[in-house]
Amino acid sequence: MSVASYSYQLQSQKIRQEFVRLFPISLFVVAFGAAFGLAATQSGLLPLEALLMSITVFAGASQFAATDMWGSEVSILPLMAVVFAINSRHLLMGASLYPMLKDLTPGKRYGLLLLLTDANWAVSAQDYQNGKRNLEVILGGGLVLWLAWIVGTWLGVYFGGLLQNPKSLGLDMVLGCFMLAMALGGKKSPRVLVAWTVAALASLAAWKWLPPNTHVVAGALAGGLVGYFWLDKKPINAAAEGDDA
Amino acid sequence: MTIETSTAGVLALIAIMASVTLVTRFGGVFIMSFLRISPRIESFINTMASSVLIAIVVPMAFSGDAGAIAALSVTTVTMLALRKPLPAISAGIAAAGLVRYLF
Repeated sequence: MSVASYSYQLQSQKIRQEFVRLFPISLFVVAFGAAFGLAATQSGLLPLEALLMSITVFAGASQFAATDMWGSEVSILPLMAVVFAINSRHLLMGASLYPMLKDLTPGKRYGLLLLLTDANWAVSAQDYQNGKRNLEVILGGGLVLWLAWIVGTWLGVYFGGLLQNPKSLGLDMVLGCFMLAMALGGKKSPRVLVAWTVAALASLAAWKWLPPNTHVVAGALAGGLVGYFWLDKKPINAAAEGDDA
Repeated sequence: MTIETSTAGVLALIAIMASVTLVTRFGGVFIMSFLRISPRIESFINTMASSVLIAIVVPMAFSGDAGAIAALSVTTVTMLALRKPLPAISAGIAAAGLVRYLF
């Protein structure tokens, strides 16, 4: 048993820096949020209900999916299944941050995770790959993204008519372009490229043959397996320890 | 089981969605706190981290229209050329809009 030592100290100055750093990205999130606000009111949610959903759920793709299922009645289990499947990538994202998060007290650790979302996670994970520990971006960046999501939803429910067809402006591609830019910004070793190929093929197979919304997790786990069996060169002395699995 | 979308019903549905999402935000870290992180596990989660991104984007390209493909291609080229995310994302979105306007 290791004795817990919570050695990571969040720096408030860095939190503010990360808030500012993700501000430009958050402008795209405002547009995406406006598209959600519009979709939500069109499927019968009241403005305040759409806002409340954005404030508490803060997970765009699953919120869009929920509006597709909205009617005079909503079936609970299918709704839960869809929300879980779309957001199950958070499980993997959280797990990937664990080596850093374990150095925070449990209160701060789970507090930070309230703001965990694709964009701030991608920055933090990318920094970690490059040897920098950056949990401040989860907090500061998460805060600006959360506010942008709320402001965007608010704009969408009240002024959605201005944005009748967000797709024609390419706004449906914000997340995809962002994720791609983050992936390409990281280091690219042969090991990473093989993992990406495996991840791409597995996610395509899952997208084609497995239930909807499972492809992200399937692809990510398949890519992770490449890392499991193909270690980076440096920890040779640790090879014996890994054999038992 | 269904819930009617009355005021109370909608509040309940939103609470359910928020709880399920919270389970996904907390769950991965919670489970990891019971595992011993061997170098192999660490290598697994590091590789998985960038694979998440690929697993989101690739099916998006395959299921998307010409605009989606244009957006992702332009983002790739701009990112590899400039190594700056913001211009890459902006160029990609502009490409999607342009292609959809033209075709």
